[in-house]
Amino acid sequence: MLDSNKGKIVGINGNLLTVEFETYVTQNEVAYAIAGDERLKCEVIRVRGQRADLQVFEDTVGLQVGNDVEFTDELLSVELGPGLLTMVFDGLQNPLNELAEQSGFFLKRGLYLPALDYEKKWEFTPSAKVGDNLSAGDTVGSVPEGIFEHRIMVPFSLKGQWELTEIVEKGDYKISDTVAKVANNKGETQDISMVQLWPVKVPITCYKEKLLPTKPLITQQRIIDTFFPVAVGGTFCVPGPFGAGKTVLQHALSQYAEADIVIVAACGERAGEVVEILREFPHLEDPRTGKTLMDRSIIICNTSSMPVAAREASVYTAVTLAEYYRQMGLNCLLLADSTSRWAQAMREMSGRLEEIPGEEGFPAYLESLIAGFYERAGIVELNGGGTGSVTIGGTVSPAGGNFEEPVTQGTLKVVGAFHGLSRERSNARRFPAIHPLDSWSHYTSIIESEKLETARACLRRGTEVNQMMKVVGEEGTHIDDFMIYQKSEFLDYVYLQQNTFDNVDGSTEEERQVYVFDKVIKILNTKFKQKDKDEARRLIQEFRQLFIDWNYVEMDTSEFKSFEETIDKKIAANV
Amino acid sequence: MRKVYHRILQIAGNVITVEADNVGYNDLAEVTSSRGTSLAQVIRLEDEVVSLQVFAGSRGISTGDEVRFLGHPMRVSTSENLLGRLFTGGGLPRDNRAPIDYDLVDIAGPSVNPAKRIIPRNMIRTGIPMIDVFNSLVESQKLPIFSVAGEPYNQLLARIAMQAEVDVIVLGGMGLKHDDYLFFRNTLDEQGALSRTVMFTHTASDPVVECLLVPDMALAVAEAYALENKRVLVLLTDMSNYADALKEIAITMEQIPSNRGYPGDLYSKLAARYEKAVDFDSAGSITILAVTTMPGDDLTHPIPDNTGYITEGQFYLRNGRIEPFGSLSRLKQQVNDKTRDDHRVIMDTMIRLYADFKETLEKQSMGFQMSAWDDKLLAYGIEFESKMMDLSVNIPLEEALDLGWKILSDNFDKMETGIKTDLLEKFWPKDKK
Repeated sequence: MLDSNKGKIVGINGNLLTVEFETYVTQNEVAYAIAGDERLKCEVIRVRGQRADLQVFEDTVGLQVGNDVEFTDELLSVELGPGLLTMVFDGLQNPLNELAEQSGFFLKRGLYLPALDYEKKWEFTPSAKVGDNLSAGDTVGSVPEGIFEHRIMVPFSLKGQWELTEIVEKGDYKISDTVAKVANNKGETQDISMVQLWPVKVPITCYKEKLLPTKPLITQQRIIDTFFPVAVGGTFCVPGPFGAGKTVLQHALSQYAEADIVIVAACGERAGEVVEILREFPHLEDPRTGKTLMDRSIIICNTSSMPVAAREASVYTAVTLAEYYRQMGLNCLLLADSTSRWAQAMREMSGRLEEIPGEEGFPAYLESLIAGFYERAGIVELNGGGTGSVTIGGTVSPAGGNFEEPVTQGTLKVVGAFHGLSRERSNARRFPAIHPLDSWSHYTSIIESEKLETARACLRRGTEVNQMMKVVGEEGTHIDDFMIYQKSEFLDYVYLQQNTFDNVDGSTEEERQVYVFDKVIKILNTKFKQKDKDEARRLIQEFRQLFIDWNYVEMDTSEFKSFEETIDKKIAANV
Repeated sequence: MRKVYHRILQIAGNVITVEADNVGYNDLAEVTSSRGTSLAQVIRLEDEVVSLQVFAGSRGISTGDEVRFLGHPMRVSTSENLLGRLFTGGGLPRDNRAPIDYDLVDIAGPSVNPAKRIIPRNMIRTGIPMIDVFNSLVESQKLPIFSVAGEPYNQLLARIAMQAEVDVIVLGGMGLKHDDYLFFRNTLDEQGALSRTVMFTHTASDPVVECLLVPDMALAVAEAYALENKRVLVLLTDMSNYADALKEIAITMEQIPSNRGYPGDLYSKLAARYEKAVDFDSAGSITILAVTTMPGDDLTHPIPDNTGYITEGQFYLRNGRIEPFGSLSRLKQQVNDKTRDDHRVIMDTMIRLYADFKETLEKQSMGFQMSAWDDKLLAYGIEFESKMMDLSVNIPLEEALDLGWKILSDNFDKMETGIKTDLLEKFWPKDKK
């Protein structure tokens, strides 16, 4: 490390260090502050004259003015290679289970471990041949990683065309072993191993082109798939006040969404929530593959009490891993909970840097950073053919539950679907508390738009009638209007609401949604004979009861059929 | 012997600056003035200039006073001898007994590795139906009581503490009125719980900087006990005073405020404390019950707002009872499926109908004609409020669930409850239709 660039600490304010450096520094490069035998990771975030401001990814207790700082000349990067699935990382890609083995209950400051296992051997099967013309992102071979074929690719950082000059035989190799060699026409050669580094804040763009997201991503949540769908390669956000059910909804999505790979970024939220995922996923079966949910998951866990600068990095770490798997032609779903904490981490640093604050103290560049993050989603056509996708869903925790704040507004501008959670609905225990009138989606639903419009109109009219009834009372409301209100409540109870904690009702497959929705529409469209309001209410309550019970029954059973018959008979009897 | 500095450059608020070298960030110093000796903590380093916040306040400090750096951050003893003792926020005895200065650990230690946490699984029974039935308290939960000044939040806190089955109680009082301090001490004493209690209290008349130390001291002690396989309950009252103390220091330090003058790192500061609540894999646990008074009963004020995003729910204490709306225990799902089959359905149904009751109440007050359904809701709401919500009700969970079925069947037909048929058959009182 003789010729490495060095500096000395001249100021400390919270997790912000001011460092006087000797020769040069690079913006966003990684540095280490040396405190005794501890090396604390930092990132350069501003340079002024001979002084650089560094954010420290650790607690700064005990650091002194005059301590050495070593610069590394490398941007903050993650390791990409086989073995990422099933792992639990912190925001800087340190494996948490391995950290626990080394340092016990607490996260020891300055302890960093490699993200991947460098001893484990993987069975490599070459697919490229000597003489092949390759560029960054092209596949040279693959290893099996769980149920997936993990492609080993030409490092994304290589520029131009390269010719494959050597490739190893099929066999077991460690990730750091050289499996292929390439050369370009300038005579440069490059070894290719199964692991590569990539800077987290730079998108991976080794694909042909970005496509328009059109195919729905089935989440098995009725209100989402039917009313406010998400597309494969699309983006959505879930803002809501605390207690409105953001995290429960995210958990449901992480379990039931029909994506190949799910990456959960717990960014500045409660540790307890991650622990549920950590402890449950290894035991929950993924109905689509028969393996456990953990086999298709990566968890990035930088909870609220972990260092704030690493929180800022964690969403970038997560999206980089998602992009990496997208390059293999897989569909990845990234769930970031919560992007507000990420924005707050930036606000904290901005405050310490004494930048001129924008709205609510957030930095002026907040919106462009949010946009830049969501723009990393997308379905892409790969160079070698086929597609891969990254779908990003972010929760937003607006201060005071008020959506007029900078993070929510900045997010709404760039996402394709908005699932706004409402305090009124969660207070009334109507879960998922996605507001059926305020939310929107630009993507295509699994239900035909005509039927959908019938349901929407019913909800809208129902709300209007309800408002009206508050003024003129039930007695001043016409029976037809009253019926519409009752039907809108029915639709809400039996279709929009869904019991996440029930084994059957918790997830509704596409086929079942389409089927049941038809029946719901039938009720909405039927003109019942009841002329008395109490009778009307009672009839709809009876339908509600039937449908609720129906929702709790598995689809391919005789019970399911018999409920359907009862419902049909009841409709016929009351026309 | 460490160097002594004699030239204080600046005194502003409770923050003094001196020129010194070899000082570690967050290290402690002793400031000796004509008023006596106080501890101070380094909060900023800029070249040779060191800013310190003085625990006892800066009043009476002269520019020529002595500053001696101790070379370590704030520490607290975690000895077993702490049990039954009363301390100030700075860790000095409040009970005229000898100070304890052994078995010291640094306060505000590192975060627990999430991989070493386990899913909480033990319900803490309180005998209060609004908690046990509707928002069960769970071991290792962090839960604030949202309230306004004047509500009996400290009484509620003390009652839960007395009835909860835990090994150790650590009480952190911030900005407590002296009366409240005495209330806690006497209640714990009368109920024979003082011998398993450690108290760190900062009263309203103590220097504000000590207020900032209270949660860290209390939680460091709790953590040490939890690692010794103890189940620890930490009571923090009132966290709003802690947040206000943070604001005071931040403004003194000329930091850019984010929202209503509170510093941008309010969320992280609060989270670092609340996140100490933990159920350790193969050791004890820490449960945190806190009080957050909401200025002007405003839930969107930065303190309750940030707190709500950190904690695992909240009890909303208003008009002397725990409101079902707004109150939430996020961990209840971990335990309320193991109590009785009907726990969840009673919880959901009663609240949903109570919400309908509230709506009907509104309609009634506007003078609308009440339908037969409205009359049912009204009768139900009144029975629910008097028999369930009242804080004086003290019954075990099972009795409370039976009471729930009784109230429902007193007022409604089976059909009107929207409960799944199999549960209705099992639990609906047989003598009702």
